[in-house]
Amino acid sequence: MWQIFHKLGSPKWFFGIATRLMPWLLAGALALLAVGLVWGLAFAPKDYLQGNSYRIIFIHVPSAFLAQSVYIMMASAAVVTLVWRMKLADVFVKAVAPVGLVLTFLALFTGAVWGKPTWGTWWIWDARLTSMLILLFLYGGAIALDRAINDEKSAARAVAVLVLVGVVNIPIIKYSVEWWNTLHQPATFKLTEKPSMPAEMWVPLLLSVLGLYLMFGWLACLRMQTEILVREQRTRWVKEHVLARRAG
Amino acid sequence: MAFDSFTAFIAMEGHGPYVWTCYGVFFLLVAAMMVWSWRRHQAELKSCRRVHEAADGSGRGSAQPTPATFTRVKVSQD
Repeated sequence: MWQIFHKLGSPKWFFGIATRLMPWLLAGALALLAVGLVWGLAFAPKDYLQGNSYRIIFIHVPSAFLAQSVYIMMASAAVVTLVWRMKLADVFVKAVAPVGLVLTFLALFTGAVWGKPTWGTWWIWDARLTSMLILLFLYGGAIALDRAINDEKSAARAVAVLVLVGVVNIPIIKYSVEWWNTLHQPATFKLTEKPSMPAEMWVPLLLSVLGLYLMFGWLACLRMQTEILVREQRTRWVKEHVLARRAG
Repeated sequence: MAFDSFTAFIAMEGHGPYVWTCYGVFFLLVAAMMVWSWRRHQAELKSCRRVHEAADGSGRGSAQPTPATFTRVKVSQD
């Protein structure tokens, strides 16, 4: 058990696994996103209340879902960094924070553009929107803090603490639509109930969510590999890897 | 197909600008992330290769003249 744990934390081992996994992740992501988004844009029926503007849901919900999901993954990795000092966990946090930032921005942006025809306003300071904006700042803060500290280990620990403190925001985002009066509609998918939409609407939405998940997987693998190269540049296995690629 | 014609598909009954702006920004940012991350990875691979070829000295590097390189120097600001 302990050995597996150590192996999982080994950058060299991860590098190899990621290289093998990445083509599948990318192919799956592109296929699912293509099917989900074309279906959602052109074939899903119009919403009886919101008309065609609701088609933004097929990118808004995946972005918002991933934005929160990535943060939870980062927080889990932060625990691993603080408790076991596993290098790979810190590599993960550093590699995916910018991706999380972009996804949160996309959720806010598509939400604002969707809000204009639906609510009549781009932005209001309601609970869901404000808590998402805080998520954006948390991502930005984690990135800035990491860059501000030169020493790798101190930076890892400081960022891990910040990420863990910020995790309190996640349930606030999740339940904001239930705790407070808000313009935002309640969750589309719930684990305990059937979706309130017809299948022609929620199936493409589910495909887009899965597609964006795989896309995140691909991005995370690639960016973690880059970060590993930066940190392990002078090791023998990196030398063998980069020189073998040139010869091959 | 939920629309009668291509023009109707683009117009989306007046919601076209909103829908297409969102999809445009989404594709732009996702594609930018992919390209940027990929290019950074390639650049890092290249820099690792340069370091190891230079360290090899008489090895692979000597076959052709080594191009002028800029070495990154870490300056502590503490």
